[in-house]
Amino acid sequence: MSAMPQRRIPEEAPDSTAALLRELVAHLREKRDELREEWVRRIIQSRLLTAMSREEIVAEATSVYDNYVEVLETGSVEALKKYARNLSERIIPRGVETYEVVGIVLLLRDVLARSLFHKYQHDFAMLDRVLDAYEPAANRIANTVAASFVEERERTIRLQQEAIRELSTPVLQVRERMLILPIIGVLDSQRARQLTDQLLRGIRANRAKVVVIDITGVPTVDSRAANHLVQTVEASRLMGATVIVTGLSAEVAQTLVTIGVDLSKINAVGDLQSGIEEAERLLGYRVTLEQSTS
Amino acid sequence: MRVPILKQEHYLIASIQSTLTDEELVEFRDDITRQVGQYRARGVVVDVTVLDVIDSFAVRTLRSISELAGLRGAQTVIVGIQPEVAIAMVQLGLAFDGAHTALDLEEGIALLDELTGK
Repeated sequence: MSAMPQRRIPEEAPDSTAALLRELVAHLREKRDELREEWVRRIIQSRLLTAMSREEIVAEATSVYDNYVEVLETGSVEALKKYARNLSERIIPRGVETYEVVGIVLLLRDVLARSLFHKYQHDFAMLDRVLDAYEPAANRIANTVAASFVEERERTIRLQQEAIRELSTPVLQVRERMLILPIIGVLDSQRARQLTDQLLRGIRANRAKVVVIDITGVPTVDSRAANHLVQTVEASRLMGATVIVTGLSAEVAQTLVTIGVDLSKINAVGDLQSGIEEAERLLGYRVTLEQSTS
Repeated sequence: MRVPILKQEHYLIASIQSTLTDEELVEFRDDITRQVGQYRARGVVVDVTVLDVIDSFAVRTLRSISELAGLRGAQTVIVGIQPEVAIAMVQLGLAFDGAHTALDLEEGIALLDELTGK
């Protein structure tokens, strides 16, 4: 068996590759509608982009197609990158997944390659050269689109994380010397630290004696967050305030027990209402209903 | 510097004025234990507002003040722990297990009144 023939690209003059690409672009321009239709058909058949309607898919497909051809023509991915970012920005909120985006770009590559096979089926040597010119460009395009999508998604995630972090946890005074701290969302170490800090300052500023920490809105607690919670309770006690923790869900309670957090220091009450009632009792308030409201 | 210990009715009020060395802490502990007996105090308030750092030795000393005073019939309340100090203490695992804590002097005295049933 003879050795694989050398790829021809290196031996060829660069303007030949350029000429091939020009021919390719002309071909893709000519068959634009047909190939685009075929692409859309295959996208729908493969159940990609299910979050979008057919019309939307056609509209986006047209833009992507034109951008694709443009990249083949100019060799510059900048415009495509920009478009891909823009597209990602629009489709990420609609729940389009990475595999879908990668999937449609690969489909387009296949559709176009198939069309090239058809065009050059009688001239195998020519087909080989055309593919040599086409494939690197096509792969580069696929990479660009996928990378832009992922970048955009990561940017979105980063922005959201920042937004969550900035949603400062309010320390509210409900009654004289009584604070309430509703925690909503994931309790990670950084947030827990920030929260402890705010709470202790709040205790000093409001001369609080009782603090109700409500964690109804905390879906899960890991061992670090649990330890932070215990530390917050302890630190508050050192500042002379009693802490009542309310709204421990069954899952959170189970986690706390499983990971063996020292619960002896935590004063836990079922829900926020009971927590506030307990706090009132500790402060010596007696709330009575003046009149039946019904 | 010696920690001034003031007598206020049945209570002793010790307000720490500056960072104390270990020797000064021990001296302070001995002073207060002696004075609890001398003045037949029912309660002790230790004000640590000025302390930026409370290390393990200080915690141990304050705890032993609380225990010693307890043995001599007085309740102890430690007041004025700063937020940063409180965070640092719990992170280092230092805690005044048996001792009472309160926000400031006023709160501390109110707590003593409660504890001694006054």
